Amino acid sequence: MTILMTFIQKAIGQSISILFGATGEIITEKSGNLNLGIPGIMYMGGIAGLMAAFFYERASAAPIGFIGLLLSFAATLIVSALGGLLFCFLTVTLHANQNVVGLSLTTFGIGFGNFFGGSISKLAGGVGQISVATTASAYRADIPVLSKIPVIGDLLFSYGFLTYLSIIVALVIGRFLMHTRKGLNLRSVGEDPATADAAGINVTRYKYIATTVGAAIAGLGGLYFVMEYLGGTWTNNGFGDRGWLAIALVILALWKPLNAIWGSLLFGSLFILYIYTPGLTRATQELFKMLPYVITIVVLVITSKRDKLENQPPSSLGESYYREDR
Amino acid sequence: MDSEVAIRLQNVTKRFGDIIANDNVNLLVKKGEILSILGENGSGKTTLMNMLSGIYFPDHGDITVHGKKVTIRSPKDAFALGIGMIHQHFKLIDVLTAAENIILGLPGNESLDMKSIVAEINELVAKYGFDLDPEQKIYDMSVSQKQTVEIVKVLYRGAEILILDEPTAVLTPQETSKLFDVLRNMRKAGKSIIIITHKLNEVMELSDRVTVLRKGQYIGSVETSDASIDLLTEMMVGQKIDLEIDRTEPLPFVGRIEVKNITCRNRDGVAILKDVSFTSSAGEILGIAGIAGSGQKELLEAIAGLQEIESGEILYHSPEGETVTISDMKAADIRDLKISLAFVPEDRLGMGLVGSMDLTDNIMLRSYNEGKHFFANRKNPRKLATRIVEKLSVVTPSVDTPVRKLSGGNVQKILLGREIASSPNVLMVAYPVRGLDINSSYMIYNLLGDQKQKGASVICVGEDLDVLMALCDRIVVLSGGELTGIVDARTISKEAIGLLMTSSKKGGAQHAE
Amino acid sequence: MLNDHEVLAKEPFFRITKRAHISNLKSWGIRLIAVVLSLIVCAFVIMAITGENPFNVYLGIIDGAIGKKRRLWVTIRETLTLLIIAVGLTPAFKMRFWNIGAEGQVLMGGLATAAVMIYLGPTLPNGIVLLLVFMASILAGLLWGIMPAYFKSKYNTNETLFTLMLNYVAMQIVTFCIVFWEKPSGSNTVGIINGANEGGWLPKLFGLDYGWSLVIVLLMTVGMYVYMKFSKHGYEIAVVGESQNTARYVGIDVKKVIMRTMMISGGICGLAGAIIVSGASHTISTSTAGGRGFTAIIVAWMSKFNPFVMILVSAFLVFMQQGAIQIASQFGLNENASDIITGIILFFLIGSEFFITYKVERTKAKKEATAK
Repeated sequence: MTILMTFIQKAIGQSISILFGATGEIITEKSGNLNLGIPGIMYMGGIAGLMAAFFYERASAAPIGFIGLLLSFAATLIVSALGGLLFCFLTVTLHANQNVVGLSLTTFGIGFGNFFGGSISKLAGGVGQISVATTASAYRADIPVLSKIPVIGDLLFSYGFLTYLSIIVALVIGRFLMHTRKGLNLRSVGEDPATADAAGINVTRYKYIATTVGAAIAGLGGLYFVMEYLGGTWTNNGFGDRGWLAIALVILALWKPLNAIWGSLLFGSLFILYIYTPGLTRATQELFKMLPYVITIVVLVITSKRDKLENQPPSSLGESYYREDR
Repeated sequence: MDSEVAIRLQNVTKRFGDIIANDNVNLLVKKGEILSILGENGSGKTTLMNMLSGIYFPDHGDITVHGKKVTIRSPKDAFALGIGMIHQHFKLIDVLTAAENIILGLPGNESLDMKSIVAEINELVAKYGFDLDPEQKIYDMSVSQKQTVEIVKVLYRGAEILILDEPTAVLTPQETSKLFDVLRNMRKAGKSIIIITHKLNEVMELSDRVTVLRKGQYIGSVETSDASIDLLTEMMVGQKIDLEIDRTEPLPFVGRIEVKNITCRNRDGVAILKDVSFTSSAGEILGIAGIAGSGQKELLEAIAGLQEIESGEILYHSPEGETVTISDMKAADIRDLKISLAFVPEDRLGMGLVGSMDLTDNIMLRSYNEGKHFFANRKNPRKLATRIVEKLSVVTPSVDTPVRKLSGGNVQKILLGREIASSPNVLMVAYPVRGLDINSSYMIYNLLGDQKQKGASVICVGEDLDVLMALCDRIVVLSGGELTGIVDARTISKEAIGLLMTSSKKGGAQHAE
Repeated sequence: MLNDHEVLAKEPFFRITKRAHISNLKSWGIRLIAVVLSLIVCAFVIMAITGENPFNVYLGIIDGAIGKKRRLWVTIRETLTLLIIAVGLTPAFKMRFWNIGAEGQVLMGGLATAAVMIYLGPTLPNGIVLLLVFMASILAGLLWGIMPAYFKSKYNTNETLFTLMLNYVAMQIVTFCIVFWEKPSGSNTVGIINGANEGGWLPKLFGLDYGWSLVIVLLMTVGMYVYMKFSKHGYEIAVVGESQNTARYVGIDVKKVIMRTMMISGGICGLAGAIIVSGASHTISTSTAGGRGFTAIIVAWMSKFNPFVMILVSAFLVFMQQGAIQIASQFGLNENASDIITGIILFFLIGSEFFITYKVERTKAKKEATAK
């Protein structure tokens, strides 16, 4: 029972970063932009939040956790949105190839995160690891009263606010896409920008906004990782390939944020299942970690074989749209 | 009096490069009338209407809507003035429902209440007598249903003036009469309707007035009640057309391509060719007539090995007297058997040629695989390209120019030149002169005639009946995927072909599903 | 042509038109300007971080990349690795097949190489081991390339996403194997394979450490140029990439071409894995490919799929990376600085392509007169 409880808690801990990333990528892809820079943007978002908290805690004699939280949250949103903006400027305004830009952005973003994560305390004249314990504890604060309920409290209310935010954001984006006019317009931009353009929809604006907002959401995944998961510190490449898992999750979720919630839990569970499966050797553990990618490939193949239009990637995904080429 | 006028165009001119698409055209549309704009292909009808719907901007001239001089720079401007156009190529998003397509891009309550939107649409549907389920996805719809969505979309946006570009080109007769009923209902509701067409019987049946364009010029307008088919034909074509295509007598009948009872389905499982049989002869030009989308494309592609056949077979009788079944072969097999079958497809730059490649590389498309060498031989294709350029007087900077940069006529010369270079036994051409100027067109006619005299079996899909009747020896008529007649091009009347094109075969064939 | 007016009507400040033609001189001039701009921005970034003046920074970069003989050879080695991966990607991209999976193909090649070295290296003669190394690495990369190609040609499965996922499958297979091969036990690394007998190591050629790598990579580069430009296969790849419809029309077996081309592409990337493992690192880890599979995509793209241009582009990128690593270590910072530098340069180069394809004019200065 306790093992199961710990397992679920740990699985949720693994899944939140991926969920943020996937939700951000879904709204981006719905605009027709395949932003392969998301893994880099998540690194950028993570380090930006960490740096903001770090400088605040260094500058203040008695740092207040909540202020650190606000500052780091804002820094993450701004820096990761800038990453999305750069992607859009190059692909939409300058018509560059999306894959090339995305991969460059990921190279840049991971380097950015690891560089500052590894060097910031030295650059600031200090030594050793960064640690922002005060801010991190604000991120890790569970829900007061409710978390004290036995079992249910541990299971549902023992997490920091970003956990709940990730689910809320996924639900809101899901509703936005399916039940609002702007969501409908956005979907049409990703399906067929020429038709959307003819219907009077500003394709460029939709692409910019969706991609920038998507990047900001994805950046929160990085913030979750450094603050709640790691407790306010940085290890180089510690974030690993969670960004790519997020992109895989978009496929598994068939571009629907609601599915991404379940999917992220599945991925999170697979990530740590090996610890809780008795009789596994170290080698088979590694094979377990392969499962999310293999499952994604299988889903990708099956959906393309079925050819059901609703489950396909947005038709114009990865392609640039220029009106003059119409 | 002037309040009755919905739209007035005065001296509108539009040029594309050196070509004048519209030359000082005048047009008047009244409230609550159906106006036909009549003209042959290339007479400037669509261009004129595109200036009303905001796709093009006129070089000169005034547009007045409801008595006010206006500037229309985008489709959005046109909508604001209550003008909506239904194009021939629908602009719909497949994965969305009809209702979602209809409200796309419109302002309104941010939170979508699809129930009440669907109810609103259903109201419109009932008012005008459409047949439409707003919650159906576009990809599940037939062409006529998609057209209905486009019309409802325009009405939903409050259009008072509707422009329909060749709306019946893709419809069956039943669908056409249904559409006409709906249009009459709209007229009753006070809407102005403009339909672009080149079909005289539709003009007579439906419209109140007719405006005729010819070669970009305004010829005149008449009340339909005062008009006759003869009068309209004369206005549309000018003097009686004598194309003076040099037509020789066909060689004696020798079967070359034998099509036996073939049936094909498209990707959606709709039968696009139904039980079609005919035999083409060496030394003749066999025309194929039919309204757009009657299965012409699929027929040629089936013979070329590019279209899967559900039942039936296609035989090739070689000049040496051998018979080969080619219906179960792919294009590559036919090529490898050295059956010299040439095919000039409708989509020249998307299928027949590669736009971004130069002349030499395009000429090479047919022959690159010859010989056993690992490397491709570009010397001979280059020579051939140079020869084609000289012989067919292709205007191009060099044989190293990408074909995309050539004009339509020159592109077609390259394509046809390549296809006839191998002295084919069978030459299939689809819409060979579409978009070409007069001189290029005649050169193409002559090339086809030459091939016929050399003993090739030429199969030509065309849209202009005058051309087909002047160029071909026999004409196969298709209607909705069925063969409705094989006629002698020298004796048949134009009306008779027109009748065959719209008739449907009586008897068992209809139940062939 | 028809759309000139539309564009005119809708671009308020600038008018953007596609260039009909651009001279080589001008297009390379634009790229050069982009490079210079990116170098200036990089200098500012490094300055902001280190406080060093930009002149010294660039001296440091040059020193880091080619300042010592050993550093020069590291730069050459890294260039060769990046180059052969980019060369391998060329036919796939020319066919408009988005092979994002070079990273995984290289890893699989490296893994096969390590396997042959570990199991056969100490016992068989080196020549045979090397032969097996090449065969195994090519086969492994080929396998990783053919899977997405098969499903692309059969079900039109999105190859970008498929190849991307395969990278991480490959990475997990490598970690899986490391468990069995680790040395010393518990270190989670493989260590130098056959350090004592050098079994399966690429030997010196003309007394050069990377002589064989140099010869193999340059041969592949020239070979790829010839293959793409003069062979029937290369022609088929170009036709399929431009228009599958045309390819079918002339009887090219599109499926076959896709499969064959991805076998070649994956195979060369697998060989790149052998060049890395057998020719340089003599070990295997998840960072054996080290992101070069991704950087090579950009190199191939920037070079417009011309293998000779790829030499230049990869040399430049590696030069800057190696230089940045040197700068970073001088100041005791970590080597990821080089990724930031690479990113900045790439953004400028990618952006510059727009100004090569399009012409930007102020609208109010000239009007329709320039349209034709």
